[in-house]
Amino acid sequence: MRRGRALRILLAVGLGFLWAPILLLVGYAFSADRIPFQWGGFSLRWFAALAANDRLVEAAILSVRIAAGAATLAVLLGGAAGWALARFGPFRGRALFGALIGAPLVLPEVVTGLSLLLLFVALEGATGWPAGRGATTVLLAHATLGAAFVAVVVQARLAGSDRSLEEAAMDLGATPFVAFRTVTLPLMAPALAAGWLLAFTLSLDDVVIASFVSGPSGTTLPIALFSMLRLGLTPEVNALGAVIVLGVGGMLGLAALLLRPRAG
Amino acid sequence: MKARLAVLAPAWAWLLLFVAAPAGILAAIAFAEADPGIPPFRLALSGIGFATLAEDTYYLEAFGTALRVAGITAGLCLLLGYPMAMAIARARPGRRVLLLALLMLPFWTGFLLRVGAWIGLLRDQGWINGVLLALGMTEAPLHLLYTEGAMLAGMVHAYLPFAVLPLFAALVRLDPTLVEAAEDLGARPAVAFLTVTLPVTAPAAAAAFLLVFIPAAGEFVIPELMGPPEAQLVGRVLWQEFFQNRDWPVAAALAVVLLVLLLAPIRLFQRLEARP
Amino acid sequence: MSLLRADGVTKRFGATLALDALDLEIAEGEFFALLGGSGSGKSTLLRIIAGFEAPDAGRLLLDGRDIAAVPPWARPFNMMFQSYALFPHMSVADNVAYGLRRAGVNRAEAARRVAATLAMVGLEGFGARRPHQLSGGQRQRVALARSLVMRPRLLLLDEPLGALDAALRERTGFELRALQRETGAAFVMVTHDQEEALALADRVALLDGGRVAQVGAPRAIYERPASRFAARFLGAANVLEGRALAGTFESAEAGVTFAGTIPEGTVAVALRPERIAVTAGAEGPNTALGVVEDVAFRGDDSLLLVRLTGGALLRVAHAEEDGAPPPRGAAIGLAWEAGDVVALPA
Repeated sequence: MRRGRALRILLAVGLGFLWAPILLLVGYAFSADRIPFQWGGFSLRWFAALAANDRLVEAAILSVRIAAGAATLAVLLGGAAGWALARFGPFRGRALFGALIGAPLVLPEVVTGLSLLLLFVALEGATGWPAGRGATTVLLAHATLGAAFVAVVVQARLAGSDRSLEEAAMDLGATPFVAFRTVTLPLMAPALAAGWLLAFTLSLDDVVIASFVSGPSGTTLPIALFSMLRLGLTPEVNALGAVIVLGVGGMLGLAALLLRPRAG
Repeated sequence: MKARLAVLAPAWAWLLLFVAAPAGILAAIAFAEADPGIPPFRLALSGIGFATLAEDTYYLEAFGTALRVAGITAGLCLLLGYPMAMAIARARPGRRVLLLALLMLPFWTGFLLRVGAWIGLLRDQGWINGVLLALGMTEAPLHLLYTEGAMLAGMVHAYLPFAVLPLFAALVRLDPTLVEAAEDLGARPAVAFLTVTLPVTAPAAAAAFLLVFIPAAGEFVIPELMGPPEAQLVGRVLWQEFFQNRDWPVAAALAVVLLVLLLAPIRLFQRLEARP
Repeated sequence: MSLLRADGVTKRFGATLALDALDLEIAEGEFFALLGGSGSGKSTLLRIIAGFEAPDAGRLLLDGRDIAAVPPWARPFNMMFQSYALFPHMSVADNVAYGLRRAGVNRAEAARRVAATLAMVGLEGFGARRPHQLSGGQRQRVALARSLVMRPRLLLLDEPLGALDAALRERTGFELRALQRETGAAFVMVTHDQEEALALADRVALLDGGRVAQVGAPRAIYERPASRFAARFLGAANVLEGRALAGTFESAEAGVTFAGTIPEGTVAVALRPERIAVTAGAEGPNTALGVVEDVAFRGDDSLLLVRLTGGALLRVAHAEEDGAPPPRGAAIGLAWEAGDVVALPA
């Protein structure tokens, strides 16, 4: 079983490589030193500095609002698309529909960002809407991106469940609408919840697409962070990292609870 | 049927407006002429953007560098990811969930923060140099950040989990009796791995490679924040053409060419994903 | 009296013809089996009766009324799905109550009927469980209860015993028949297993290529198959090709003359393995000479593969009470009664 041990060592190396920078980032958030990643004694001063940094706090609030809106739109759109792809059979234009909903998954971010910006500019030129670029355009772009992920999750969930479930419901007297409400929707629910969280996180994490489609009024947290990191690292970034890692840990606990495998 | 239409119509409208139309506009502007006005182009079938790309080797090199860096990143992810996936697939089911969580959790902590962490590790006054100086292993700080090595470390760090997941899925599905049959027929474990496990999981390995390669080819943030100034990947060049030079036709042409270059890998990836 | 009648029902899927102008009648309260191989159209017919597929041509009549336009949720039939299709997010009791809720039955009455139906299928006390906590046999019973609680006039069963192991299959088969008698509903079962169809059904329709090849009581179609297909599908009879000649049948491949009631136009004869006796020699019609190629012990008999002088291979069942079977390589004679020769017109 020497092979097994070699594999486990490589796994440990890989996980260590993934985790070491993050753990150090979080650990040094509690250092008093002005230079990040230098230990200057335990302190919470950088958390206070972070809280006092209006630019970052405002960007964070805007980001959460955009992410929540985009994730909700993405669940509606991606849920409908995933359901259609899993259950509607061969409808007209199904191949094109699938290609369009999945496109943001495979396109490089710079291409998605640039093309959406060009659309918004062209739309404004032609119709006057959207007037300028900012939070709204970022939200629309992120909803499109998130919907692609939601559609995949929902489609996989429904594909994994027996198609005759809806037929059984109808056989027992449920109209298609009632069958959807009492059988399909409860089956989709965990995927919709997971998809919402995924779309929310993607939106919170995106800098490239947001940079293209945003304007002066749409400085999201990643955009602000990106311009900070261009100039170098500050201890405030460490503090922000600690807040997010601990926050995400809580969110993931919730997601794990929702996605617990139930049906055999 | 009416209900289906009510579901499909809004979805179609959204997709045509926010996915199909932007692609068309991108193509139109890629063929347009640059113009000093606002917006800085004039619609025409000039193809001047593509001509610029063809004339200047700077752009050609940008594509070459991007594909090379994406290829190295995907190769490294595969090399490290395969044994990791195998170790996770062989763990007890309860332990597996934990290991997968450990694998995916860094992905959820924020892309830019992970880049920030690497900057904190690698820069001249960074943690690694601090440790090396304290241990007396170096006299002056090593120049680690803004090198190709730093860029590759950041890229592998960002994309490694995506390579492990498809490999894990294939390895955990692999029928263990296949390997037992090979060993029963006289194959030593290493031979059984090379003649059975590896060929059976080859499509998943290809999918894992492409899953990293495709987004890495357009990567902008990591080369910008961690790479050397001369690492002009196509994502970075596109960004500069658009935001600094305000040359929209060239930026759009870069995007179109990048898309065309990635079309074959994307098709191949989708074929691999659609396999039963 | 006829409950359900299919009248020239035709269904195409792209280029394939799943049902080819099929006619069928199902009587009130009978246990009816649709028997056929894969691609015979039996599942398509079941789905058309349930209302999940619409026929391209033909009519489906319930009590003489065309029900083509009636959607599945409004048909007085219920179906037990091959996969059982139990709702994974509901308890057993909620699964069984599902149809009653849709029909607007009040809670107390629904609870009473659910409990009674669960008791009928032997699942008292399982109401609170989830489907994934049940064994395969228990899931099958829940699916059955969920359909039966609706008191359908017609219960459709798609391979009802298909997912069960052999031991459970026999017992569940008897239970299905008991439930059918108890409820008085007509049961229409789809199966690919001829033993299952013959054992359970009052009448069997043998489907081939989207048409009814033969329909009748199990014993009748077993003893008197109407075609080479039916003879082969039901119980692996020997089918020998040849031609009818003045009241007898000459089979060149067997090198044998069959005598009996052989009408003009007979293209083949069927002869069941258990109707053939091993003799010392052969003389005249309805006898043959051959060499034993292999012997397989089957418990109450042994199956012999006998190569006839004409070259054909004949399956012969040799009963245990007739003593030890002839060994491999033995040259033997075979004989049978004229009444056991079944003339096949097609």
